[in-house]
Amino acid sequence: MSAPDQPMSTLAAFRAGFMATWTSVFAYVLLGNYVGIGALSHDFGFSITWTLVATVLVWAGPAQVILVSTLGAGASLFEVAVAVGLSGVRLLPMVVSMLPMLKRPGLRSWKLVLPAHFTAVSIWVEALRLLPAVPRESRISFLNGLGTGYGVCAVAATLAGYYLAAKMPTLISAALLFLTPLAFLMSTLRNVRMLVDRLALGLGLLLGPLFAYWQVGLDLMWSGIVGGTAAYAVHRVREALR
Amino acid sequence: MTALSGEFGAYLALILVGFLPNEIWRWLAVIFSRGLDEDAEILVWVRAVATAILAGVIAKLTIFAPGVLATVPTPVRLGAVLIGFLAFTLIRRSVFAGVIAGEAALVLGALVFAP
Repeated sequence: MSAPDQPMSTLAAFRAGFMATWTSVFAYVLLGNYVGIGALSHDFGFSITWTLVATVLVWAGPAQVILVSTLGAGASLFEVAVAVGLSGVRLLPMVVSMLPMLKRPGLRSWKLVLPAHFTAVSIWVEALRLLPAVPRESRISFLNGLGTGYGVCAVAATLAGYYLAAKMPTLISAALLFLTPLAFLMSTLRNVRMLVDRLALGLGLLLGPLFAYWQVGLDLMWSGIVGGTAAYAVHRVREALR
Repeated sequence: MTALSGEFGAYLALILVGFLPNEIWRWLAVIFSRGLDEDAEILVWVRAVATAILAGVIAKLTIFAPGVLATVPTPVRLGAVLIGFLAFTLIRRSVFAGVIAGEAALVLGALVFAP
């Protein structure tokens, strides 16, 4: 790779992003996770083509698990849309906080649509870690390369999971589904440096299940707004006292 | 699938209730992030909200587990997360170590405390 201040060619940046996929622990977590999703989709009777198209279009693990299990169980389309939409709320603040790292003066908004589509938890966590070392002009191509690498992993894993489903022991399927919460937790822990992020993590862990248990509607959204705002308030008070 | 059936209906459902309700948040983010630069103070709050939502997803997936994961007893799932966290903390904050330890704890726990 060239020095951080020297712009790379578009192709070189895309390639660097694509190669970064394979040294990221997330690629392997993604593999296991999408094997689980492929198997789930098989068990609910969706076709393999539909399943692969869903992986590429939805591009968010929890949303796909919800889509497959509710649609497959015969929930109304409205219910499915609401459940999927709620799980996707987390993408909004994630993408908003990541896009400014990609921007440069005069950039057209439509160039951000593909990087925004690629943004899911794994890419978000890895982008926050890797992007600062990439020259600004090359960041969009780098991110598109990273997203494509993850996409290749996920599609291959979905395919494998779909055809392995019938032979997979229950405990293995359970362990694959367990990869999501474990990997999300560890990687978030690794990325939190400021007190505000640590507080937000702790509060979210507490409020998410609590709001769900109390059957507060839109529980994830509220745990984000309440937990995130409380953490930010503490941060502001501390800054003011300094 | 209730309202839509057949191959075409399945894809239409995928677009309408799988793709669009999820993707809309990404499109809104592209609009909202216009004019924001990397050091904007509001991003500290936005990131805190994103982190708290993600934490909520993690806790919900562990406690109200989806699919076959629900066949593993809840105390085993919680214990496995805790063991993963300890391994992560003790072994140089390694994501890999934490994930492996948590998975091993889940599988062993499920075998030992099988209902």
